Amino acid sequence: MGAYIIRRIFGMLLVLVAVSLIVYLIFIVIPGGDPAQRIAGRTATPANIASIRHKLGLDKHGFTGFFIQWFSLVKQLFTAKLVSYANQTNVVSQIKQGLPATFSLSIGAGIIWMGFGVLVGTISAVKAGRISDRLITAFALIGISLPVAWLGLILRYFLAGERGSPSWFPDGGYVPLTSNPWQWFYHLLLPWFTLAVLFIGFYGRVLRSNILDTINEDFVRTAKAKGLTSRRILVKHVLRASLIPIVTLFGLDFASVLGGGAIITESVYNLHGVGWYAAQSIQSEDLPPLMGVTLYGAMFIVVFTLIVDLAYAYLDPRIRLS
Amino acid sequence: MATTGQEEFTLDTAAELAAEEGGAKAIQGKSPWAIAGRRLRRNYVALSFLGVFVLVVVCCLLAPLYASHVSHLGENDTNSGGVVTVHGQPVHVISQGGTKIVNGQPKIVFGGIPIGPQWGAAGGQYILGADELGRDIGTRLLFGGRNSLFIGVTAAAISTALSVILALLAGYFGGLVDWVISRFFDLIWAFPVVLLGIALGTALSVNGFHHGFHLFGVFIGLNLSGSSLWITILVIAFVFIPYIGRPLRGQVLALRNREFVEAATAQGAGSVRIMFTELLPNIASSVLVLFTLIIANAILTEVGLSFLGAGVRLPNPSWGTMIGEGSDKLSTAPGLSLFPGIAIAITVLAINVFGDGLRDALDPRAKIRIEHG
Amino acid sequence: MAERLLEVNDLKVRFATEDGIVQAVSGISFELERGKVLGIVGESGSGKSVTAMTLMGLTRGVNAAFEGEVLYKGTDLLEVSDRDMQEYRGNELGMIFQDPMTSLNPVYRIGEQIVEAIQAHERVDKRTARARTIELLRQVGIPNPDTRVDNFPHEFSGGMRQRAMIAMALSCNPSILIADEPTTALDVTIQAQIVELVSRLKDDFNSAVIFITHDLGVIADIADEIIVMYAGRVVERGSKRDVFYDPQMPYTWGLLGSIPRLDRPRPERLHTIEGSPPSLINLPDGCKFRPRCPHAFEKCKAEPGLENRVETPGHFDRCWLDVEFKRSHRDETISGGSAEAA
Repeated sequence: MGAYIIRRIFGMLLVLVAVSLIVYLIFIVIPGGDPAQRIAGRTATPANIASIRHKLGLDKHGFTGFFIQWFSLVKQLFTAKLVSYANQTNVVSQIKQGLPATFSLSIGAGIIWMGFGVLVGTISAVKAGRISDRLITAFALIGISLPVAWLGLILRYFLAGERGSPSWFPDGGYVPLTSNPWQWFYHLLLPWFTLAVLFIGFYGRVLRSNILDTINEDFVRTAKAKGLTSRRILVKHVLRASLIPIVTLFGLDFASVLGGGAIITESVYNLHGVGWYAAQSIQSEDLPPLMGVTLYGAMFIVVFTLIVDLAYAYLDPRIRLS
Repeated sequence: MATTGQEEFTLDTAAELAAEEGGAKAIQGKSPWAIAGRRLRRNYVALSFLGVFVLVVVCCLLAPLYASHVSHLGENDTNSGGVVTVHGQPVHVISQGGTKIVNGQPKIVFGGIPIGPQWGAAGGQYILGADELGRDIGTRLLFGGRNSLFIGVTAAAISTALSVILALLAGYFGGLVDWVISRFFDLIWAFPVVLLGIALGTALSVNGFHHGFHLFGVFIGLNLSGSSLWITILVIAFVFIPYIGRPLRGQVLALRNREFVEAATAQGAGSVRIMFTELLPNIASSVLVLFTLIIANAILTEVGLSFLGAGVRLPNPSWGTMIGEGSDKLSTAPGLSLFPGIAIAITVLAINVFGDGLRDALDPRAKIRIEHG
Repeated sequence: MAERLLEVNDLKVRFATEDGIVQAVSGISFELERGKVLGIVGESGSGKSVTAMTLMGLTRGVNAAFEGEVLYKGTDLLEVSDRDMQEYRGNELGMIFQDPMTSLNPVYRIGEQIVEAIQAHERVDKRTARARTIELLRQVGIPNPDTRVDNFPHEFSGGMRQRAMIAMALSCNPSILIADEPTTALDVTIQAQIVELVSRLKDDFNSAVIFITHDLGVIADIADEIIVMYAGRVVERGSKRDVFYDPQMPYTWGLLGSIPRLDRPRPERLHTIEGSPPSLINLPDGCKFRPRCPHAFEKCKAEPGLENRVETPGHFDRCWLDVEFKRSHRDETISGGSAEAA
């Protein structure tokens, strides 16, 4: 077990190196034009561009140039020296400032979507074919078909006073938990819901089909033949098995929103989190923040993949960690 | 006949048993496609939503007709100083500021608010209202739909095609090829979809994409300007590759060791032939289902990217850019964001419901994990 | 000793499916006394598993319809509510299944799963239940049961898993043990051990056994009575002696002919029954075995009833053929052409 974890952590570091290579390729190699100028942003002076070109090794060419460029980018990203040239701010410290909002959004939405997803999926499977199942299926399909940006705007329009009519909810913004817990909660309710809707629909559907598959498993028939109650069969045998794939899904999705993947929700509600920071820099075509956030997001997914695998081994004893 | 009462929850052993005990034999002799076709024909909900999708596509294709005969405004035609006749009264497309006498009282009217939906009161003009430049939302909605649908379908097609090829290569050759392709999938998978999309979209939009080489004086490669629709298409196609490639690779891997592949190998069939004539038909139903589901997701991703400004470039309309443009005019002109959102929701819902029916008919286990945050 | 535990009267089961009504069981009757072993034999699709699962109430559902009676100690199990049926399952009727790998829940320890069965019916604390579980595992022949009790199913071999399944089925001391193809998924050497175990435990627990199989050879040693099923019907029924030594149904000959036997000269090849069982949605007219029967003649277009056509009472069959004709021709099928008396 210990050896397994050490090996996995080592593998994880290799993946992170590869991830940094992808970031390098995306921002330096793949696009056309002069990378130094691109990174310097719209307001750059020739002196700026020259200094960036030197700092990132973009004046080196060929095979060694490739490694020098990649390495200097990695160094900049990991030593927290990457600077947004559009406004001379440090990317890493900006990301750090966004963490509380992003974490608040992700954790709350995660709890909502996991809870409701499991509830909705279970009801839907247990009542398969009946009215409640059909209604849930219909709502789930609608939920996964709504564009998040639009859903957010609609909720703001109807519930947050954008119409000039009653404002039941604050119109965006983030209040730190430490300054006012109630306002923190109140401000996050709509964003949580907006972000959770898609996932509730999706998890509900996946869980429903998992449960319906599991119900036909031989071990469920055995449980029934033992004379267990329906409730116990459902909870101990059916749900337990059906939830294992959901845990995997949740790990990845949760990592993704923690890593700034909730970028649309954050921009619609003006929550100054990591995703919002990335969204701001799109408008100004300011690339260093995007580099930083992309790498930061991938880091979360890579770390959570390991956590998910460990959880999987715990949930399913057939999987041996070796 | 004693029919048992309703159970607390139905353990559907009956259906399973029935299939085992002879139900399966009753449909012997029909190909899986014929069975799927029959199931789909019976699924009226799925079929009617396919109808809805076709209707949306037809409407969007007729956009030029709408522009020239109904709204009399092209997709990018501005009309900010214009006046239209509503119920015989002249109305400014963009309201003029000033004071107005209402019931004998002077009232201040704010300017700059675009005209709202007229629903035909202005003789076909501004049926869904105007944006702040006086452009016709209805026209832009139809043209934007053309872009959004084109991007969604094309990106899904490219993504599916690439994934199928990668999955076939990985599953068929195994070993190092499989390792490299799987790690490639893992790497793309390691990025949040929207984040990878905007990173690529933004980086490429600055100077475009210009890579390729000259062979005998012929340029082979891609030369795309930063504002090309193809940038968005390729970015979306790229980010979805592992979402289709991973499940398909698993299927190919499982098929690889089946007897019919060995038989084909024994008959001397080449690798390419086995991949495309033996393996591909066996994963075709999953490919079709995944393709349908990816179209829906590609359209939603386009919306997300364009909303954030990393997708379709202005002034080109797309449903995503339209929502984005309207987002800061929500209180004065909600229609700007509202209508494209409804259009997207209807279209994507239609694809999802149809895709669901297709999946039930063809490959009930196909699933796809996507987030749009 | 001869307490009648189960009486099944003209049981019919049908399911509504996407493709039409499946008549899975169309009229089966039998009795079972304490201490006896009833063998039900037939190919897949013959309705034998549906019969077994119906006794347990496992085929209930919105798509299923039943007729007839299943009288367990006088109570019609078909009329028992779902909730009350839980008390019969496991407690009065225990069941083991074909594939012990998939029939045990992979994520729980063997012991936990047996304890769960005990606690479903008896108010005992965990410690007592666990002690009983270890004792049960010992009785079914699992070595080191006090450590094996904490293993997961995947840590057991196939035969051991089936032993654990048997321990679980017997944990509440049921009067009837229903074994649905318990040996099919196992190695030949293990099969004999499991059959022997079932037979021994039947005496230890003073219960009756319904043993379902597609292989007549498996139950040759232990069955008291044998029912041969085809297309949802009983086509032959009699004592073990009747069925093995005086089989009246060409289908039974086919089943007998497909058993490899050492006590007979080696046939050129083992007999196989041509064709496949009919669809239960579109059954042929007349005798259901007619399309596959080498001896079918004009009369077979009408379905024969299940009647006693031979001298031995209690030996029933569904075949129009003349008894003497059958006695002189059946060995061609059973022993692959070489006429020889067993």
